[in-house]
Amino acid sequence: MTDTTTAPASRATDPGVLLSASDIKKSFGGVHALKGASITLRRGEITALIGDNGAGKSTLVRCLSGIHPPDSGTITLDGDVVHFGTPNQAQKHGIETVQQNLALVEELAVWQNFFLGRELTRGFGPFRVLNRKLMKSTAQNLITDLAVNVPPVTSKVRRLSGGQRQALAIARAAGWGGKLVIMDEPTAALGVQETEKVEQTIRTLRDAGVSVLLISHNFDQVMRLSDHVWVMRAGLAVAGRRTAETSGEELVALITGAKDA
Amino acid sequence: MTTTATERRPAFQSLLGQTRQVSFWAEHAAPIGLVGLVIVFSILSPSFLTFGNIRAMLVAAAILVILAVAQAFVITTGGIDLSISATMTVGAVGFGVAWGAGLGFWLSAVVAIGSALVIGIINGLLIAKGKVTDFIVTLGTLSVATGLALIVSDGKPISVNSPDLLRLTSGSIGIFGYPILLAAVIGVIAWFVMFRTRFGLHVQAVGGSEESAVANGVSAVKVRIAVYLISAGLAGVAALLLVARVGAAEPAINTSYLLNAIAAVVLGGVSLTGGKAKIVGPIIGALLLTALTNGLTLLGVSQFYQPLAVGLVVVLAALLTRFQKK
Repeated sequence: MTDTTTAPASRATDPGVLLSASDIKKSFGGVHALKGASITLRRGEITALIGDNGAGKSTLVRCLSGIHPPDSGTITLDGDVVHFGTPNQAQKHGIETVQQNLALVEELAVWQNFFLGRELTRGFGPFRVLNRKLMKSTAQNLITDLAVNVPPVTSKVRRLSGGQRQALAIARAAGWGGKLVIMDEPTAALGVQETEKVEQTIRTLRDAGVSVLLISHNFDQVMRLSDHVWVMRAGLAVAGRRTAETSGEELVALITGAKDA
Repeated sequence: MTTTATERRPAFQSLLGQTRQVSFWAEHAAPIGLVGLVIVFSILSPSFLTFGNIRAMLVAAAILVILAVAQAFVITTGGIDLSISATMTVGAVGFGVAWGAGLGFWLSAVVAIGSALVIGIINGLLIAKGKVTDFIVTLGTLSVATGLALIVSDGKPISVNSPDLLRLTSGSIGIFGYPILLAAVIGVIAWFVMFRTRFGLHVQAVGGSEESAVANGVSAVKVRIAVYLISAGLAGVAALLLVARVGAAEPAINTSYLLNAIAAVVLGGVSLTGGKAKIVGPIIGALLLTALTNGLTLLGVSQFYQPLAVGLVVVLAALLTRFQKK
């Protein structure tokens, strides 16, 4: 197996690579959450990020989505070095994050949540009004393209099932023409059938050419869904594998440290 | 014949079915209560539904309608503005002082609204930026504003003889006096802002889930400051009607306006936890409370019983809202 943890400098020129993070370090007080983690994400692939609790998965993802700027290290997107101080800056570069709590407002309708913070308006100056028709139809189309079990866009999120909420959050993240959608445990709280539907949504997204970074604790899911797997342990990305060339046993061994990368 | 009868029956039955559910009554507590009160009072008192009385009721309701709309914005964000009536008093005294200084109607009106907005910005900054509980902040500014009004006016009413104010309070188009027309215009604008603009959506989002709203790029701080400014600004407008009605700028506490404004919003079906926006509901709630007081007065019920009646209605309405559909 090729050593996939080599310095990403050589990969920066690889046109297949969408994003590479190299030597990312991040500490919170005395806790060194990331001690120089390096991963690469390829275009149009689902990349899984696995590891035990406290391995640094969430921190790494937060560095990529702009929530926590890294202390040191470089993030290269499309060959350019980028710095994200806020989630907004990451979004401007096409990196969208589906947060674990989904960031939906239950009292608002599906279309209102879909466009929350980025509403479409018409008119000018202080006389801008919401373009409700356009927002409803756009939200309906984008969600229908992506999800299997589509709720009507005028229903309140309160009335949606967990899977529908997840699908809405994913569709919202994907709907902004993002290059990369980051998902933190998208099916953690879902039943078998809903998990299946959300996984289908993620595949549809990948087939549409969007790269996905997926944090998951579920090995079966990682094996089913991903094209590439990064294993994190103690603040480092200790190994990267093509999913087709690895096995659940090997991944477990890599996570626990029973097997060196 | 038979087809229309069979077609009509399911619709009628579903309406009938709805009335059997408590949630139907809870959702429409204010309009049902208003209609009920009108029926009861018009049976008990022949003068209740006369042209003159309806006109008087609508004029009397105007201040409360404006304050209820103002309070609705704050409560939709999950906050509360206890200083709203004291802010109105500050506006009234501000008007009186400016009028006394010879500034004329329009400039005095600007001073009234401006001095009310000062209380609003203090509320907004302390709550949104200072992260102090809304209840405590507005309780504090309630006292501060009342004190300021007393200090500035030296505790005495400032009489105002403005022909413009007189026209505002006595003019009318048909049954609708200018005060209620002003309140209606404010109601329409408020509805539009709440349900048709980006800002209104953000107000609802912050009230529904501040964390999610912020995660989507909504500035909760700006929204919160804005709703307290709206509340105070509308209290300033209400102050003009108050001065016009009394003919003087009084440094009175006006506590009943505060309680009735909150009561109207609750009657209108707005949840005090926020996120559920309503504008028409609070307006109907304000009309209901005014009709209640007016009807009781017509029936010769002692003034002492009026707060009791208002209190009962509000507690009953609050109990009913528990059965609202989620």
